[in-house]
Amino acid sequence: MLQRYRLGRKSASDTFERASENRGREETLNRFWTVLAAAVLALSVAQTAAALDVRTAVLRIDYPQLAPISRYDLVPEDAGFAGAQLGLEDNATTGQFLGHTFENETVTTTPEEADAAFDALLADGHTLIVVMANAEDLLRLADRAGDGVLVVNATAVDNGLRGDQCRANVLHVAPSNAMLADAVAQYAVWKKWPRWFLIHGSNPPDQALADAYRASATKFGAQITEEREFEDTGGSRRTDSGHVLVQRQLPVFTQEAEEHDIVVTADRSDVFAPYVPYHLWTPRPTMGSSGLRPVTFHASHEAWGATQFQRRFEELTGRYVREDDYQVWLSLRVIGEAVTRASTVDPAELRDYILGDAFELAAFKGVAVTFRPWNGQLRQPILLYDGRITVSVSPQDGFLHQTSPLDTIGIDQPESTCTAFN
Amino acid sequence: MKKLILSTALATLLATGAQANKVFVSNEKGNTVTVIDSETWEVLEEFPAGNRPRGITISPDGSLLYVAASDDNQVKVFDTETYEELYSLPSGPDPELFVLHPTGNPLYIANEDDNLVTVTDTESRTVLAEVPVGVEPEGMGISPDAKFVVNTSETTNMAHFISTEDYKIKHNVLVDQRPRFAQYTKDGTILFVTSEIGGTVSVMDIAEDGTPELTTKIDFEVPGVLPEWLQPVGLRVTSDDKWAFVALGPANRVAVIDVEAREVVKYIIVGQRVWQLAFTPDEQYLITTNGNSNDVTVIDVAEQEAIRSVQVGQQPWGVVVQPD
Repeated sequence: MLQRYRLGRKSASDTFERASENRGREETLNRFWTVLAAAVLALSVAQTAAALDVRTAVLRIDYPQLAPISRYDLVPEDAGFAGAQLGLEDNATTGQFLGHTFENETVTTTPEEADAAFDALLADGHTLIVVMANAEDLLRLADRAGDGVLVVNATAVDNGLRGDQCRANVLHVAPSNAMLADAVAQYAVWKKWPRWFLIHGSNPPDQALADAYRASATKFGAQITEEREFEDTGGSRRTDSGHVLVQRQLPVFTQEAEEHDIVVTADRSDVFAPYVPYHLWTPRPTMGSSGLRPVTFHASHEAWGATQFQRRFEELTGRYVREDDYQVWLSLRVIGEAVTRASTVDPAELRDYILGDAFELAAFKGVAVTFRPWNGQLRQPILLYDGRITVSVSPQDGFLHQTSPLDTIGIDQPESTCTAFN
Repeated sequence: MKKLILSTALATLLATGAQANKVFVSNEKGNTVTVIDSETWEVLEEFPAGNRPRGITISPDGSLLYVAASDDNQVKVFDTETYEELYSLPSGPDPELFVLHPTGNPLYIANEDDNLVTVTDTESRTVLAEVPVGVEPEGMGISPDAKFVVNTSETTNMAHFISTEDYKIKHNVLVDQRPRFAQYTKDGTILFVTSEIGGTVSVMDIAEDGTPELTTKIDFEVPGVLPEWLQPVGLRVTSDDKWAFVALGPANRVAVIDVEAREVVKYIIVGQRVWQLAFTPDEQYLITTNGNSNDVTVIDVAEQEAIRSVQVGQQPWGVVVQPD
């Protein structure tokens, strides 16, 4: 099954062609090869650069999961990969002026077959690999990869990956739980809403996020005046006319709480948070996993030139962008930008450049994104999103830091337990 | 007291015979163009200018006003006397900035959505060429000899030098993140490119044949202002090529660069989110658009001081002054 398509430019002159091969389905692996061959224009470039072929891969592990509470959260088949497609296009458009060609391979796999799929990429000579996986799998794959490979974590938010479990060959484009919680905390504190009612889920990812909110409250001088766990008793997320029961259960669950200004939900498992905002006993704004949510990106974000990103993405993929798409796009752009500036495809040299002072990248968030050289975490503003628009962007005004305001969100160097970057 | 000083200043101006010119300001949110008299600094008119007007320029004879109506996907052309919309030019989708050939034809337009620069004949109102450039083309500059049009691409981070003869790209120069604006000196030997997110102005020496060489990057530093907010956008150079003025966006300041020394010598406090700049034809004044305070600041060029502000429409974006 060989599929080719060409994206012709509308222009009569200087047309460059991009060809794509789609190799279709193999038994357990979905493999798509996208080859972008940019016709190299005879162009002089002030900073002379040698022709380079840049090969990247995106590996996505698909975990068994229940249908989400909201149909808006259904996961499309090309989750993340759509962002890879745009990242590849953006890199290739820039690369054509420098004689750089870009190629990206996307692979989906199951948790059981992840190691084999990853090994296949390594055997194929891939050294720049973006991974969409949970923390445990990411760590295992990174350790299989070894020093000669640069792994980019596009989706795992666990603080530990940036702390005592950090790996020298892993960069994190995904924000950490600490960054997300701090983004919410700064806004709540800026609003002078310091008393929080924290409701968290019962699964480990929910507990980890709740821990992050507790730490954020301490860090920014808020108090968690009430804390409750909403237990995941299993079963489907959705039932026909289930809202009838929810409307009776949630008020009871939230009654007689200590005085609070806001409710903070920590529900990575998508068990209860979407029900919270309009079913509270005491009417209060909700933030966290529902209400005002901390996100890296969303499809209605327009500030700082993001409209162009949205239009490019929608034209290319036929749908709205998701956070995972943006994070994979950004992962490939980080690599692409480093190749453009450092004129190399060597993973170690790229890593050095990316972690160095010279690296910066515009990511439609108003300020340049850079990396924390002491744990490989991307510094980035976090958007606070109400489901319709960007309500605010953290870090908030007035939170200062000696290095960068972006370091006021997330675990900072003095508190970091990461040693792999020393 | 303040008023007295101002009126004295104005009286002095009148005595030196400054000519009144119309200043046109595009208001991105208000969907209007505000017209200001450069002698009295009174608002003469505010007229509808399509949806999301941004880039704005004027024909060499001062009779036609070109406005990029971004959300209408066209460049609207207005009569500068009657403010009537005369016709529109095909521009490609989402036009933002453009530059006019010194003769008044053609118009070179950056189309952010399609990674294209569109060349539009202003008389026949047809598209002459579409030039593929980097991702998100934005800034447009033209060399004084009109041999090169320079486009900056915001995501590719390059200045593309397009020959106006065959519409082919002859040079590409990497600059810092999110380049917004390109401006040659009058003698054509230097090109400035501002990088909004990179926070720098790239200075290129231009050889006789138009070949660029990136020689310096100018940084900005203002005590008490976060470096992240020093975001260079619009830039203009005095015609004696001695001073460059740079709008620094959310830093609410215009930097003054000594062109020969390639150093910042002064920061002038203006309105909020200062975006684009334009001189009056006699270069006595520089007008800045301040998007978040809905006004323009008038700078005395010789004194390098802000002398007054004028309230305009909602979120002023671009500015152009009618020639004498």
